[in-house]
Amino acid sequence: MKIFEKLLWLVAIIGFVVGAYGLYDRIANGHINVSYGSYIPWGLWVGAYIYLVGVSAGAFLISTLVYAFGVKKLEKIGKLALFTAIIALGVSLFSIWLDLGHPERALELVLRTNFRSMMGWMIWLYSAYFVLLVVELWFALRADFVAWSARPGFVGSLARILTFGRRDVSAGAVARDKSLLRVLGSLGVPLAIAFHGGVGALFGVVGARPYWNTGLTPIMFLIGALLSGGALLTFVVLVFGPNQGSAEHRDTVVFLGQIVLGLLLLDVLLEWAEYSIGLYSAIPADVASMQLVLFGPFAWVFWGVHVGLGVVVPALVLIFRGKSPVWAGGAGLLIAITFLSVRLNIVIPGLAVPELQGLANAFTGPGLTFDYFPTLTEWLMQIWIVSTGLLAFLIGYRILPIVTPERAGAAEA
Amino acid sequence: MPVLTEPRLAFIVANAPTDIPEDPLMRMQADLARALKKPLEQRRWVMVIDLRKCVGCSSCTIACVAENKLPPGVVYRPVLEDEIGTYPNVTRRFVPRPCMQCDNPPCVPVCPVSATYKRADGIVVIDYDVCIGCRYCIAACPYSARSFDNGRYYTSGTPQWQAYEKLPNFEYGESWDRSKGDSPVGNARKCQFCTHRLDAGMLPACVTTCIGRATYFGDANDSQALVSHLIGSPNVTRLKEEMGTEPKVYYLV
Repeated sequence: MKIFEKLLWLVAIIGFVVGAYGLYDRIANGHINVSYGSYIPWGLWVGAYIYLVGVSAGAFLISTLVYAFGVKKLEKIGKLALFTAIIALGVSLFSIWLDLGHPERALELVLRTNFRSMMGWMIWLYSAYFVLLVVELWFALRADFVAWSARPGFVGSLARILTFGRRDVSAGAVARDKSLLRVLGSLGVPLAIAFHGGVGALFGVVGARPYWNTGLTPIMFLIGALLSGGALLTFVVLVFGPNQGSAEHRDTVVFLGQIVLGLLLLDVLLEWAEYSIGLYSAIPADVASMQLVLFGPFAWVFWGVHVGLGVVVPALVLIFRGKSPVWAGGAGLLIAITFLSVRLNIVIPGLAVPELQGLANAFTGPGLTFDYFPTLTEWLMQIWIVSTGLLAFLIGYRILPIVTPERAGAAEA
Repeated sequence: MPVLTEPRLAFIVANAPTDIPEDPLMRMQADLARALKKPLEQRRWVMVIDLRKCVGCSSCTIACVAENKLPPGVVYRPVLEDEIGTYPNVTRRFVPRPCMQCDNPPCVPVCPVSATYKRADGIVVIDYDVCIGCRYCIAACPYSARSFDNGRYYTSGTPQWQAYEKLPNFEYGESWDRSKGDSPVGNARKCQFCTHRLDAGMLPACVTTCIGRATYFGDANDSQALVSHLIGSPNVTRLKEEMGTEPKVYYLV
């Protein structure tokens, strides 16, 4: 899978260079060259944020199958799942940070949190989750850091520093790490459910937007997180997983593919529930958003990108070619990428319906419109942020003992 | 051309009609002066808009834009137009939409940093120095009464960036200079019933400017105030009552 890794380096570097213009424009001109405004206050960056934070929660919850629930089949990819979760969290938080009107005031979120606001809860839950991820990954890597300390050059020195002087790799010490990991992973399950369910609730509690205002919203966020995170991880394990080409590697990817297929079908069921109930009861404001999704100017996003490329094609692949790791990983990548369309179809159609009749033409101007399509600046900055995350992942993969085939035997012991 | 001589003036004065009703502006001005003598928490500001009198001239919108020096993409009081009936039985209805200053404002609890809150006199305000610009309040308002200030100017792309656009505005009684990209750029913004004018004993700009005298303003805690009489009418209604927001903007239909 070296070819995939090289391709990803190429994509990341191109995205980093080209996307830099978006970052420059955001910093130099603020929120001028963007499409969101007063009537549609949230756009691509918010959609990307809830998508990426979902990927993080999903990847993390898969890692808990290893550390909290001891699923043997996935044991080798626990570190990779944790690392993917950290990168996705960083990328998502960076997206939402630059989406703020006053990023320099982000600390206010901590200093004067309003706990009546779901967004107020977010900052604390994210912080707790981030700390937990870092600590958990460190314990998962500690024995590997000690092993890599013997290596020459930068990688060895880095590993030596990152052991923080704790070099005990006796069976007892490793067992202690393992039980600590179990505690951390177990704590992480409710935390991940709380923070990502909370992101869903952030939308769900808004009574002004009937399309969001259902009890199903937080649940759909969680299932979507598991699906998108699991799907991305299937691809990540295909490309970066340990012991490439072995039967064990193949089994792991195929097993992940089966989990993803199950989650995909569950997600479709929830979506059916949401749409069928909404359309049947025909409450105008609710139906208006759904009609935008299904028949509006961006209906192709729902039918083509989501249903076609994100559900039907990968489902068929996973059903008929699921035994092949390359097909399973490819289906995972397809689901993971197209899932952004699902998140955008939550954020934007909820806002794109005028709340009062006659508002659209009452007073016009930039941002006083119900049409939204991301501008070049919005696309490029998002590409830059994701590319930066991808680069961080690729570099981390090289310099940290995330994937350690030579210790495969030791981990079993 | 007749010259206004002394006897002529005396004639006009002597024959002037005595039954001209008092201009509601004069009455509301007196109501306002009375209200301002009370402590803040004893005032309950309400606005009443008589849709039968509104001609849809949008003067209030423009007065508001001028008073608060609103940039492109920011509007506090648009006038919504609605066509009712079919030809030949057709009419237009104009609905000015300021902030409803809800008693249960959905925008307030969602603010992650408590930058927006309801004052003791019921006006929902935004602390521009605290607002982080997350725009959650904009999404949560059922009336689309909040705007996001993207930092744009009407004339910045033209050969001459007009100086008046760089002047500060005086919302909340402070001087806000947008020209360096500082707040309120990057903030949520909304109608605040012209608190800075109220503090100076003046009615909100939209009220003063309404050519049809269709917009009323005053303290509903004062039973003698004009607005108190108006909101006791059977033809009074509020927007989206079913949301439970308890707006303090009333419409007469």
